[in-house]
Amino acid sequence: MPNPSLLLAVFWVTVLLTSPVQAAEVKTAVLRIDRVVGPPISRLDAPPADLGFAGAMLGNEDNRTTGAFTGMDYTVKTQAVAPEEAVAALDGLKAEGIGLIAVIAEGDLLKALSDKSGPEVLLFNAGARDDGLRDADCRANVLHVSPSRSMLSDSIVQFLMWKKWPRILLIYGSHPEDKLLADSYRKSAAKFGAEIVEEREFVDTGGSRRTDTGHVMVQKQIPVFTQEAEEYDVIVAADEAGVFAPYLPYHSWDPRPVAGSAGLRPVSWHPAHEAWGATQFQRRFEKLTGRYMREEDYQAWLAMRVIGEAVTRSGKADPATVRTYALSKDFELAAFKGQKLTFRSWNGQLRQPILLTEGRVTVSVSPQDGYLHQHSPLDTLGIDAPETACHAFGG
Amino acid sequence: MLRPALAIVSAVLLSAGSAEANKVFVSNERGNNVTVLDSESWEVIATFPAGNRPRGITISPDGKELYVCASDDDTVRVFDPETYKELHTLPSGPDPELFALDPSGNPLYIANEDDNLVTVVDVKTHQVLAEVPVGVEPEGVAVSPDAKTIINTSETTNMAHFIDASTYKIVHNVLVDQRPRYAEFTADGKKLYVSAEIGGTVSVIDVSAVEPKITKKITFEVPGVLPEWLQPVGVKATKDGSRIFVALGPANRVAVIDGATDEVLDYLLVGQRVWQMAFTPGEEFLITTNGNSNDVSIIDVKAEKVIRSVQVGEQPWGVVVAPD
Repeated sequence: MPNPSLLLAVFWVTVLLTSPVQAAEVKTAVLRIDRVVGPPISRLDAPPADLGFAGAMLGNEDNRTTGAFTGMDYTVKTQAVAPEEAVAALDGLKAEGIGLIAVIAEGDLLKALSDKSGPEVLLFNAGARDDGLRDADCRANVLHVSPSRSMLSDSIVQFLMWKKWPRILLIYGSHPEDKLLADSYRKSAAKFGAEIVEEREFVDTGGSRRTDTGHVMVQKQIPVFTQEAEEYDVIVAADEAGVFAPYLPYHSWDPRPVAGSAGLRPVSWHPAHEAWGATQFQRRFEKLTGRYMREEDYQAWLAMRVIGEAVTRSGKADPATVRTYALSKDFELAAFKGQKLTFRSWNGQLRQPILLTEGRVTVSVSPQDGYLHQHSPLDTLGIDAPETACHAFGG
Repeated sequence: MLRPALAIVSAVLLSAGSAEANKVFVSNERGNNVTVLDSESWEVIATFPAGNRPRGITISPDGKELYVCASDDDTVRVFDPETYKELHTLPSGPDPELFALDPSGNPLYIANEDDNLVTVVDVKTHQVLAEVPVGVEPEGVAVSPDAKTIINTSETTNMAHFIDASTYKIVHNVLVDQRPRYAEFTADGKKLYVSAEIGGTVSVIDVSAVEPKITKKITFEVPGVLPEWLQPVGVKATKDGSRIFVALGPANRVAVIDGATDEVLDYLLVGQRVWQMAFTPGEEFLITTNGNSNDVSIIDVKAEKVIRSVQVGEQPWGVVVAPD
């Protein structure tokens, strides 16, 4: 028998199946930084202990099955730590020789980890939505598999324009991330010609979270909060902190639909999604974990599959090669969203369709029909090349 | 077969009239049934229940047994093509999606999408002969004309696996583009076409030598259609290898390819989300399943024109035509 060999040529790749004497090891990890937060408004949204990890496990399983044919052995280590332990955890992973790491963390922590990592590590942002991380604050050693806030807000506003609901009542929360999201909706509205007719801030006074009598108070408070607004078609809620948005549907003074952080929500993934072969993907995940797939799981799965594709096609597993291949024109990934996913070479963001869900079904998928682009309709979502302030990618 | 010979066959068929009509069986994934059409009148002559989520469909060479992958029942249901009565089921492994019969009619090679396996089933004894571990989400299955090699495509591993039909061992793996859906040999057994739905290409693999080798990747371009929607799925080659037809999914077109040069000659507009196809036995017609418009399109193979569409059930998926 010949040694395990990976033969690559311009037009053909044949992988001989042999008994790999020494399978090359591809070591990956998922690092999740857990901030202490209160319970979500809906108990259905309580995060499972294996949030994100389970998606990475499935991605790793997929890579291992393929690796059995290519002589590559994949491992994934999962670790959840508090913010103050994040850097030490990263150092620990590096010490174990793990250079391909998916990170589920808030933006400032991801930035700190990136600066601590250096070029010998490639991080996959599987959590943070911050546009800054894809723009002026971008880092050469971070690829973003999670969509940005602007991709999500653009997805919603495109749909509202398609519906001819251009007049928006924007309600945003008082937390910094809510304000970033509100700003993203303002930009999306300007980009696609929607009009924010009025803005209101819902201040988190600490008493809005779930209580035994929550719905009684909500039924009285929300109509008052939303009354006497300028004439509008739809409420857009910017409530990343999860304080009030789920209370808006059915409680607004005017009978209007809600989108954004409640009602019609833009998501990277949803367990009800079935199109494009997603059913079998959902089933494989549910069989492995016994629960439904969440966005963090999908994003961690994406990180693992990006690594798997880059390693399979390039034949190498070092972070530099994975990064170069992922950003090259040759890279493409099938990810149950109906078209190939590729990276934006100017800021390391994975292009992807965004699902719009009301909770039980996929309502629509953005980009919407008719939003054309010279390169890819997916680039109508989020920061495009001409407006990028990211220079770490040679732009 | 040469063109004049084809012309003669067509003339004979025309004069022979209704004697040559064949039954066309269409599996309806969401309708949980099979629609039966007459290949001459193109009328729906029957509809019968076929289990939960019927997808892959094929028929024995003698026309006596119709096989349907009832994906959500984790079984292959076998029907009498005359009475439409279920005869028995075959053990298929979980979530059977597509399969291929050995040219002799036995065994049946089944792709189990949820379990990364190809299951080999003896259709006479109803026994599982082997389970072959393959890549993630196996889908397309093809058997070489000499019956010595089974091809399976795995949608997430992105490979065409070459399985030795005597040992059930994988002998080659060829990496193709994203989400390979279907594999089709030419009748001479020298070429293999593998469609990659998300990659948007059809790989042409030379299988005449010991080592299979991709010699070309066919790409598609239709004015006014976004490149993202040109998603090749089903592939059918004429027996003489002169024409290859490729169903392009949400582009709602079937590409006509010159089998000698592997260049695209034309695009035929069919129904919405076209996936699988089947020829009538004399290759006069090619029938396409259009999952979103709930119909099938009938292509006149010689004229390379769509002659009509026929409403079938909910979300038509697979199609097979009874032999003469």
